[in-house]
Amino acid sequence: MSSDEEWRRVDGRRWNELREIRIESGVLPNADGSAYIEMGRNKIIVGVYGPREMHPKHLARPHTGILRCRYHMAPFSTEPRRSPAPSRRDMEITMVMRYALEPAIFLERYPRSTIDVYAEVLQADGGTRCASITAAAVALADAGIPLKDLVAACSAGKYEGRIVLDLNDHEDKYGEADLPLAYMPNLGSITLLQMDGLLSPEELERCINLAIEGCKKIYEVQREALKRKYEVKKEAEGN
Amino acid sequence: MKSGRGGFTSRLKLKRIQEAISSGKRLDGRGLEDYRDIKVKTGVIEKADGSSEVFIGDTRVIAGIEISYGPPFEDTPGEGILICNAEIVPLASPDIEPGPPDEVSIELARVVDRGLRSAGIVDFSKMEIIPKKTVYVINVDLFVLNHAGNLIDASTLAAVAALRSTIKPIFEVRNGEVVPSGRKEPLEIRSTPISVTFSKIGGALIVDPTSEEEDAMETRLTITLDEKGNVCAIQKSGPEALTLEEVRKAISIAASKAPEIRSKITGGI
Repeated sequence: MSSDEEWRRVDGRRWNELREIRIESGVLPNADGSAYIEMGRNKIIVGVYGPREMHPKHLARPHTGILRCRYHMAPFSTEPRRSPAPSRRDMEITMVMRYALEPAIFLERYPRSTIDVYAEVLQADGGTRCASITAAAVALADAGIPLKDLVAACSAGKYEGRIVLDLNDHEDKYGEADLPLAYMPNLGSITLLQMDGLLSPEELERCINLAIEGCKKIYEVQREALKRKYEVKKEAEGN
Repeated sequence: MKSGRGGFTSRLKLKRIQEAISSGKRLDGRGLEDYRDIKVKTGVIEKADGSSEVFIGDTRVIAGIEISYGPPFEDTPGEGILICNAEIVPLASPDIEPGPPDEVSIELARVVDRGLRSAGIVDFSKMEIIPKKTVYVINVDLFVLNHAGNLIDASTLAAVAALRSTIKPIFEVRNGEVVPSGRKEPLEIRSTPISVTFSKIGGALIVDPTSEEEDAMETRLTITLDEKGNVCAIQKSGPEALTLEEVRKAISIAASKAPEIRSKITGGI
């Protein structure tokens, strides 16, 4: 087995290398906040509406706001085409995505209200739940919603016996383990943690640490995306 | 913050639960790392190919296994199929209403499924009947009869116990058609995954939460391990975050708890 430093993955990356990430905020004119992310060949757009009055009204809570999420994959996002109806997988990801974002939001400030986060996967290539969470955090910030911290997410796992960062679709399908993780870097908080596959306790520890390192790098990209939007605005105002 | 079965545990009770846990005790007298009594029975449904009934305290789950055949999944043409389905039926709790499966029962089925599949509980590559056309299909149906908390551990235990008790009908090919041969054999089980579920309440980790503790919890974490001590599934679920230290602590407690729980179905540590 070649050393980790020489070894290259199917897409040419090193074991600890993220795919190329591009995040753009404020991409949907109608939404209160939005973001578009490309992470490798993943293409995901997220729109945030709210805080706004909860409909139907019986779901409103008098002492707190509610975060609602929807993770959904477009029929053309995968090969072969998938049914547009939400799958069991979509429903589970919808739930863990809500749990991943909720710790960042001061929901108690918005009684009777809802914040709605919609993630649409336009093209999927492994790690869509993480990329959706990463983009959703940017979209929430773009909506002007105060956050305790940005939530960054990426996966680590095991492929061909090696621990690797940010698995693509091929590595996810044919690899030995996949561990998606979301992290708030300034708070040291893990808000999403899932794993499937087989890892020894030592490998698991390495995966968690590697995923956290990945999240810290993604966090910088998120910050840049938000900054860039306001720089553009400033210039426009200056003229 | 509530995230359990969406129950209506009173605020006073939630407060008592939190206070007890912060002093290292629980309302039912257990320590933070103690399970309730676990009972496992197999062969409870004669018509099924395998079945079990698991009690963890008042939580009660039945698992039924049916082995049939069908076309393989497109992306794994040479492999058999295992399908997990979970229903939390309305008689299980005053808080459950009839209707299509909600996110809680879907998550339950998917977390159990991941544990079984990742542990390689059966050898999926030996389940072909007609190469690339017809494979064995294992249906695992989980039925929650009483919801008193910690459904994931009870359901994983029930699924594994039921699979271990399964007598597989053997199908054969006659004139190009799949027919039952009339013969049967025990389903070959390669591993025994066990899940250990934690609730974080008032910043402390407890194992095997009751439904009232689930109503009081900040978040939940499930860790599934096989008998070699490998981790085969993790699921964090709940509205609050965990620190790396808490995750590490949970992994190490789970590793020490799993053999004790496994002995309930294998009959020895």
